Amino acid sequence: MPSNTRPRISLPLMLAYSAMAIVVILIGLPLIWMLFASFKQTDEIYRMPGTFFPEQPTLMNYPAAWNAVPFGRYFANSVITTVAATASKMILALFCAYALVFTKAPKWLKDGAFLLIVAALMVPSQVVIVPNYVTMSMLQWADSYQGIILPNAATAFGTFLLRQYCLGLPYEVVEAAEIDGASHWQRLWLVIMPMAQPALVTVGLFAVVSEWNDFLWPLIITNTNEMRTLPIGLYRLYQTEGLQNWGIIMAGTVFVVAPIVLLFVRSQKFIIEGIAAGAVRG
Amino acid sequence: MNRRQIPLLRESLTLVGFVILNITLICVFTFYPLIQGIQLSLYQWDFISPFKTFVGARNYVRMFNDRTFWQIMRNTFVFTFSTVSLTVLCAFGLALLLSLPLRGREWTRGVVFLPTLLSGAAIALVFNYILDDRYGMLTQFLRIFDIKSPSFYTDPFWAMVGIVVTMVWKQAGYGAVILIAGLQGIDHTLYEAAAIDGAGRRARLWYITIPSLAPMLLFVVVTGILGAFQSFDIIKVMTNGGPINATNVLVYNLYERGFVNFEAGPAGVLTVVIFVIMLVLTILQLQVGARNNAV
Repeated sequence: MPSNTRPRISLPLMLAYSAMAIVVILIGLPLIWMLFASFKQTDEIYRMPGTFFPEQPTLMNYPAAWNAVPFGRYFANSVITTVAATASKMILALFCAYALVFTKAPKWLKDGAFLLIVAALMVPSQVVIVPNYVTMSMLQWADSYQGIILPNAATAFGTFLLRQYCLGLPYEVVEAAEIDGASHWQRLWLVIMPMAQPALVTVGLFAVVSEWNDFLWPLIITNTNEMRTLPIGLYRLYQTEGLQNWGIIMAGTVFVVAPIVLLFVRSQKFIIEGIAAGAVRG
Repeated sequence: MNRRQIPLLRESLTLVGFVILNITLICVFTFYPLIQGIQLSLYQWDFISPFKTFVGARNYVRMFNDRTFWQIMRNTFVFTFSTVSLTVLCAFGLALLLSLPLRGREWTRGVVFLPTLLSGAAIALVFNYILDDRYGMLTQFLRIFDIKSPSFYTDPFWAMVGIVVTMVWKQAGYGAVILIAGLQGIDHTLYEAAAIDGAGRRARLWYITIPSLAPMLLFVVVTGILGAFQSFDIIKVMTNGGPINATNVLVYNLYERGFVNFEAGPAGVLTVVIFVIMLVLTILQLQVGARNNAV
């Protein structure tokens, strides 16, 4: 590419950098507004010309939010349901994808199983909430962990993604392991699992994000504070504090958002590459 | 020799054993509910009483003769259409910008993508506060210019604007990441050849970038439609479907009929309606996708 030899910073380049700055401000501003508000004292929030930066920063909103509703319990529930559903999704997707790619079962059987997976991709989870609620109440599992987790324990999307990834792995390695006498079980854990790790991590990250943020299903299936997850708890906080105290509500919002932001900072590369790969292949 | 003697039965049993849990769960919580939803739509039931009254197609007739239902359909269309078109425009602009060789663009891509991962309920609360017409950021900003902030809570038009803006803010980064990947996949020699032939910037955008990106754009449009169609948390937290049903969309209505009014029958009808619309959209996507690949 011919490089610009004349002025170091050209006009188009300056425009591009300004555009990038505007983008960062537009995207970042709501989050910064949230964070700053969580450090503001109540009278500052309702002052009449308002402030952007907190003038007398306080941490008081955080314990206030934590105690206004049982956030500790919500947090524990969110961790439990997210970890359980994520682990289950990763394991089930790995088993399913391995079997669809590396077993020598008859083609019609493999195709049939794969067809079910693809068909399930077309059914959005919002469509099935009413019948699933009926099923769960029939089993007396409303307002329980298994009630929250089970409908999210399997994954068509994760299976699809892992299968595509496994199709790209060198088949000879599996054959070599087979000749060495490794069973399917050993081939799965010792050969394929390490090789499929990038795709597996992507599936896991997607599962964590979607379980942690899930709102509709936990809203319906839980009805006591003992079982509510964080987003539902945050909504409860909003309802109890109403429009009264934005500082406390924003502190509660930070509780919900912060873990995902931290996760993203740590694994940004995996997440973004996973998204792009999913789109290119899918 | 050895390989040919591997009993097919054992391989088949392994397959079944490995897929059975995943597929059973999918059948119980994804496929069976579709059948059950159709069944519920034919009954009158309050979720509690041990008896369901069979009413045949009456739930459907009543729903389709209800003016509110058509308002909800219209809302769903307006919400989906505006969200998706704005999302695609923003995502395309972002992708073009963040594909330029700028310093800090990786970091910016991260910032742009972050909102997609955050809880919709939490984001909705943040925007509720920003758009609060007494103490919010927007109203304070507008006050500098002596403009009165519209009321996002009580004005039907502005309530819709509020949820659309929130959705676009949250979703645009997802499309951008996909389109960036698409832009990276375009053959660079195409641009060089076009430049030699004297094609200007705009011509290159129209005749190379957009056609090459078509499958990706389609993907962003379709996932955008599905996403907007299914969005619930933002609407529930920001507007509760109001004011006077102005932001009541199909999925929100499904929740409302089912879990606020406890009408299993109408909720079943809505389950079927939503599923049919999604199915049509998915089939359209597959057909357009297939045609794109064939060319």
